[in-house]
Amino acid sequence: MERALAQKDILTAREARLVGCRHCAEAWPFGTTRCERCGSRLSSRDNKSLQRVWAWWIAGLICYIPANTEPMLRTRTLFHEEESTIVGGAVELYEHGDPLIALIILAASVGIPVAKFLCIAYLALSITRGTDRSPLARHRMYDVVEYIGRWSMIDVFVVAILSSLVHFSAVASVSPGPASLAFALSVVFTMLSAQSFDSRLIWDRPDTARPAH
Amino acid sequence: MEDAATSEAPGRYVVCPKCDALYRARSVPKGGVAACVRCHTVLAAPRRKAGMLIICLALATLILIVAAIFFPFLTLETRGFSSSASLLDIALSFSGGGLRLLVFLMLAVVLALPAMRAALLTYVLVPLVFDRPPRPLAAPAFRMAANLKPWAMAEVFGIGCAVALVKITDLAQVALGQAFWMFSVLVALVVIQDRFLCSWSVWNALSPRKTS
Repeated sequence: MERALAQKDILTAREARLVGCRHCAEAWPFGTTRCERCGSRLSSRDNKSLQRVWAWWIAGLICYIPANTEPMLRTRTLFHEEESTIVGGAVELYEHGDPLIALIILAASVGIPVAKFLCIAYLALSITRGTDRSPLARHRMYDVVEYIGRWSMIDVFVVAILSSLVHFSAVASVSPGPASLAFALSVVFTMLSAQSFDSRLIWDRPDTARPAH
Repeated sequence: MEDAATSEAPGRYVVCPKCDALYRARSVPKGGVAACVRCHTVLAAPRRKAGMLIICLALATLILIVAAIFFPFLTLETRGFSSSASLLDIALSFSGGGLRLLVFLMLAVVLALPAMRAALLTYVLVPLVFDRPPRPLAAPAFRMAANLKPWAMAEVFGIGCAVALVKITDLAQVALGQAFWMFSVLVALVVIQDRFLCSWSVWNALSPRKTS
């Protein structure tokens, strides 16, 4: 169990005819369907995993389109009303002399979501098509994607805080646009997509990659 | 299910939940870390007195969440105008124009789910810390707490506040309300709590396994 126990060849639970519980790490004989310790459902490999990954991935991508084309923020001042999309808002900030914050916003709301879509798609394709990249590198990628997912909600929270605060009745007010809902749903769907991925598939050797159970 | 414990006695092995590597179960000293050799996932990291600490943090979290709902969160002042918003107001800013779904989503991930997770952890851990038998349904409760973890986004909201403050400060004077400070403490508590929670130890305590 400790780090000292570095083995050259690691036996997997599957090769030992066991099923590992993904919740409590308990091992059960192959074919057991429910973990007696924590009650979660057991499967040696989740072979519906990739289907669910792609389903949520597509849902996330569909929501990500209006998230970028629709306005995220509506700013109303005494004389005019202005709507800005995510990218439009960042460009505006850039022109108003705040390039650093503009870049941070672009990275957080465009760079990271796009990278997340690409990474999940790559991981899912690497299971079905094979890849040269090492399992450890791909596992790292998966860990990062899974960790970073929830942080994309920052954008939605910022919009909420801004619109609840900037409410000077007639003078100026900010209200959220439809993109905020689309963006939030896109984040939720990509999180579900990443969670659906069975990371154990990354480590399977090609000959055991298509499990029966 | 009865024949499950025949050939391979449960409790003898630990399986990495992320990569399926099989290890013989061994007791891990308090303060030690047992990580999977090939994918480096932390399998067990028991901490001394972690149970009591987590209970205290969870209770503090619950109190702070309730308080943070009602006290003013941020106050904005510019040229004589002032507006203040509580956490509830912030979530309700989505209530207009077909965005109502976001009100629920936001109240859930910022307040309800962190509160629920804290309550579940307290429910599961209190009997364990005081050497009592586990409560009924402790196993599903703890499983649910683990499932809720990615969806409880109190700390994400904390960072969102920081970003929003940067955006507003050149626009107007922002005063931080009591709830803002309470929420900052809450974020710190949630982060500390997650560092001390070793689910392997909890599962072992819920149904002891024979470790060699």
